[in-house]
Amino acid sequence: MASVKYEHVTKRWGNVVGINDLSIDIEDKEFIVYVGPSGCGKSTALRLLAGLESITEGKIYIGDRAVNDVKPKDRDIAMVFQSYALYPHMSVYENMAFGLRQRKTSKSEIDRRVRDAADILGIEQLLARKPGQLSGGQRQRVAIGRAIVREPNVFLMDEPLSNLDAKLRVQARAEISKLHQRLETTFIYVTHDQVEAMTMGTRIMVLKDGVKQQIDTPQNLYEYPTNLFVAGFIGSPAMNFVDAKLVERDGKMVADCMDFILDVPEDKAKVYRQHLGEEVILGIRPEDTHDVEYCPPGINKALVEVKVDVTELLGREVVVYLTSEHIHLVGIFDSRTKARMGNTVSVAFNMDSMHIFDKQTEMAIR
Amino acid sequence: MISDRIKMILSGLPTHVVLIGLCLIWLVPTFGLLVTSLRPFQDINQSGWWTALAPPRGAEEYSQTCASCHGSNGKEIATADLTDPELIGQYSRSIKLLAMLKREIDGQPHLQGAPAPEPQQAADIADYLKRISGIAARPRFTLSNYIDALMGYRGTANYAADCATGEQALDLNCNVSDVMNPRGMGRAFVNSLLVTIPCVILPLLFASFAGYAFSWLDFPGRMLLFALLVGLQIVPLQMTLIPISRVYAQLGMNGTFIGIWLFHTGFGLPYAIYLMRNFIGSLPREIFESAYLDGMSHWTVFYKLALPLSVPALASLAIFQFLWIWNDLLVALVFLGGQKPVLTYQISNMVSSLGAGWHLLTAAAFVSMALPMIVFFALQRFFVRGMLAGAVKG
Repeated sequence: MASVKYEHVTKRWGNVVGINDLSIDIEDKEFIVYVGPSGCGKSTALRLLAGLESITEGKIYIGDRAVNDVKPKDRDIAMVFQSYALYPHMSVYENMAFGLRQRKTSKSEIDRRVRDAADILGIEQLLARKPGQLSGGQRQRVAIGRAIVREPNVFLMDEPLSNLDAKLRVQARAEISKLHQRLETTFIYVTHDQVEAMTMGTRIMVLKDGVKQQIDTPQNLYEYPTNLFVAGFIGSPAMNFVDAKLVERDGKMVADCMDFILDVPEDKAKVYRQHLGEEVILGIRPEDTHDVEYCPPGINKALVEVKVDVTELLGREVVVYLTSEHIHLVGIFDSRTKARMGNTVSVAFNMDSMHIFDKQTEMAIR
Repeated sequence: MISDRIKMILSGLPTHVVLIGLCLIWLVPTFGLLVTSLRPFQDINQSGWWTALAPPRGAEEYSQTCASCHGSNGKEIATADLTDPELIGQYSRSIKLLAMLKREIDGQPHLQGAPAPEPQQAADIADYLKRISGIAARPRFTLSNYIDALMGYRGTANYAADCATGEQALDLNCNVSDVMNPRGMGRAFVNSLLVTIPCVILPLLFASFAGYAFSWLDFPGRMLLFALLVGLQIVPLQMTLIPISRVYAQLGMNGTFIGIWLFHTGFGLPYAIYLMRNFIGSLPREIFESAYLDGMSHWTVFYKLALPLSVPALASLAIFQFLWIWNDLLVALVFLGGQKPVLTYQISNMVSSLGAGWHLLTAAAFVSMALPMIVFFALQRFFVRGMLAGAVKG
């Protein structure tokens, strides 16, 4: 059990910056997810912690110990790789026992731990097989089992589910969450998939170009994104962004979006008061963009007329691509909607969930 | 259904024809060499290996001219038993036989009006009679070529016959110790093994160390050193024969096994390192990282992971290095020469001193072929099977 702390950590290869001045505090028993688009440095952040890359500047602590100069094997961590990295010429049992043998653990202890881990993961019947004889899902369990038997203070997982098919991934996601509750250990999990991040993490760090954008709980990340990037990255389909100008009309604040004008709710207007007259970016999520006929009650509606470009029926809901003269929007409508391609529909925005971002800094205005 | 099957068979036909053709091109000469090496040298000089199972020379002429009276076994006429060596001894030359055939017996012509054989046919019949009468009996197949080659016999008969009459050469003892006769293929085989085995193991060992270091150890000048090694592959071996020979002469290493081990190791290494680095470098990085996290040292990673996983590369490298050294004549000639003769050296000697006696050459060639064939068939599965199955997502 250990906390993890990054203190102004920077990683450079020559002129290329991998991680730029990263500071995070991860508490004991947390499930932290590093998420971001590919090449954002999330894997590098993990590999720095594992000791597979050297730190250029700054310090990383595991517990109270600075581990900059500690060898990977002495950091008391275990890592699950995207490709599983099983030893192909050893049986599943040997794969799991190997790290312990290197540490001179007693034979009976190794056996106990391997069988416990196999029991947790439901792979007892596979222990004698070689990795080549396993399916992708089974290999992934073995890779996790190999990490479990080490009983590390911190689990590191580098996109462990991205090689599984969609159905298996959903199942494995739940299993890893359960494992976290059961083992009560710090988990650090890297993924590019924001659904994985939202469902598994107790907190999520969003990275872009090696710079930390925001670290918070999934709920806060969704409701209070700190900048344009996080707002666009979290949530699927991505948030709609519209150029707007905050102006006063008839004593009320409205957002002038060229094609239409939206009323800003009073409580929000108070917050935005000092930005009156500024050019901003207005953000509204597809799930807050309703067909006016099937709009949930009790929300601050703003109505606009737009044309339907494309509809995608998902069964429970319909993803609708909407256009007006200058603006393209995505909405998630109730499946009973009468919106069809080429029609014009009345759309109701839930203005309680609107977001405003500064046009220059792209930071959220709250 | 049936038309589908026919279609399948027909579409596979060209491939099969080509494969069978290739097999035949390789197999027929090899088989011919084997058959030839097992025939008595008199037969080898008379007829091709494909006639090995045909009736012996003169049998056909005999059955045309003589079998009607003397019988197919030659014993029908008791007073003229053709299997009697004494009788045949008088007519062992074809002229005498021909004269006998033209003479009258008891007032009747010998051949009773049948046409007399041509001189060549008569010679064949004489040869056949010598064979059935036991004067020059010989089996269809014999191991004496191999024995002669292994023992280093150089004479006009064969080793067993000379030893039986006590006419063997001075360097032969007519006992087991002859296998180690320096002029024989037996000794040469052992010498070839003594040269080849270390010359295969040493480069493989060093190359796998170097291959691991070049791919997974971080040290300054790594790429430069590797580029240099790759470049060394271009150096022709012949260029270094004189300087190294001079150095060996000063060190007293000419004609020693150590000298040739070092030479072959040195010239095998650049390519071996190149191949091993590329193979070990292409193993999945994550396996090695996982091993380091598991607490393995570089040494453990090397022999527990890198070595077992590079068995296919090691095997193919071993086969090529083995074949090259086993068949090498130049280096063996320069650095070992006649002091420790190897197989290729002995075979080349046979060609020059016994231009006509290729019954020994065929046997010697087969002795030297045997091991490469065994090695190839034993290791060929490594060419086919991928050892990496299951390491990463396939």
